[in-house]
Amino acid sequence: MAFNKNSNGFTFFFAIAMVVIVGAVLAVTSVSLKPLQKANRAEKKMINILGAIGIPAERGGAADVFAQYVTSRVAIDSEGNEVGRMTGDVDASNMEDPFNIDIKKDFRSKAPASELSFPLFESVNAEGKQLFVVPVVGTGLWGPIWGFLALESDGTTIYGAVFDHKTETPGLGAEIKEGFFQVKFEGKKIDAEGSPYFEVRKGGAVTDEHSVDGITGGTITSKGVGRMIDRTMGYYMKYFAAQSAAQASAQTTE
Amino acid sequence: MSNETSKKRTSLFSKKNRKLLSDPMNDSNPITVQVLGICSALAITVQVQQAVIMSLSVLFVMIGGNVIVSMIRGIVPDRIRIIVQLVVIAFLVILVDEVLKAYQPDISEKLSVFVGLIITNCIIMGRLEAFALANKPGPSALDAIGNGLGYAWILLVVAFVREVFGSGAISLPGMGQVKFLPESWFISAGGLYENNNLMILPPMALITVGMIIWVQRSKNRSLIEEN
Repeated sequence: MAFNKNSNGFTFFFAIAMVVIVGAVLAVTSVSLKPLQKANRAEKKMINILGAIGIPAERGGAADVFAQYVTSRVAIDSEGNEVGRMTGDVDASNMEDPFNIDIKKDFRSKAPASELSFPLFESVNAEGKQLFVVPVVGTGLWGPIWGFLALESDGTTIYGAVFDHKTETPGLGAEIKEGFFQVKFEGKKIDAEGSPYFEVRKGGAVTDEHSVDGITGGTITSKGVGRMIDRTMGYYMKYFAAQSAAQASAQTTE
Repeated sequence: MSNETSKKRTSLFSKKNRKLLSDPMNDSNPITVQVLGICSALAITVQVQQAVIMSLSVLFVMIGGNVIVSMIRGIVPDRIRIIVQLVVIAFLVILVDEVLKAYQPDISEKLSVFVGLIITNCIIMGRLEAFALANKPGPSALDAIGNGLGYAWILLVVAFVREVFGSGAISLPGMGQVKFLPESWFISAGGLYENNNLMILPPMALITVGMIIWVQRSKNRSLIEEN
């Protein structure tokens, strides 16, 4: 070979050329696959929201089912005031759409709650019952956990819940995404005056209507679920309180 | 010229090259004999379906990495060859991850961090360093397939044992988890059986791998070191 592949010049050249080529190929792949990945994430979110109100949906058709059952998407601020409302089809490119509020990003950013807005999904289930779906996000043992709580129209009774996680221990903390754990939340109540609003206790503990039994061996993840519900519900309780007060005053004036 | 290419083609499946495929299955198995790639073998063998997809991903990265490194072996400066190998592996792994996320979102979710962990799989780098840097792309591809399958079968056996005894179920990609034990057998339903939760914890993977090594060595005496 005519050149010396071990010379300093060629080593530098090789390293630079390799990084540029690899970087370019990966950038192109990432950019070209991004719309698909984004659509997949949005669809997963719809499936989760529908799961919380007990409507089964599958990839491919979730958007239609979502439009059918979720009547409007509301954004509220940390004081419980409504700051945005959208109906009709979800527009993934419109950042004003409450559906596109990235609560995971907000949670990571550690910005004060007063600067954030919180999404709420007004929906009806198959029996025509009105339900509110509240997204929650928090930390488990190894990484983020998140979920969706469906509340009945009183704003305190839990109708259904779905949870998911990124990296919890399989067989222990990861069980929060299993049905047997999620059904425990059904019919429980958020404690409107309570501190905490809701609790997940250590596996096997005695529970009342404001708490559920955690997963044995997955205590830290289970408690994370309780903490994330407690933290998020604060903002929504204010909204629900304002709503029912407005409703009550409307009724008295009638 | 034509004689030379035909000679090359026959030599691709010569006895020596067939050994490249068969050796890693037994005599030089990456997990049980070389004890490489143990980290991922412990982490993802809770369910068979994860093991299957992980094996396929590793196989892809291994073949791609071996062939690419073998093709550029003439111009890779010696001093940065490890970094070059790492970049090639990371490149392929990110590619797999992105494509899975776009076209197989459900599978990608199940594997979560494990796909990224392929980058740290010692088998792949070991083969690049030990084989692809010194051999032509053809034999390198065979070597990659051999080692990939050698890794895969151990993974599948361990995952099978752990899932059957740990979850009382078996799962295959696209089928979900099938629980084959009747509910009434379990203590919770008045039976006598209980799943062994210890099996789904990483230490039992190590013990299962240990048992495979034990069986393998008692069958294949040439693996026992004299000392």
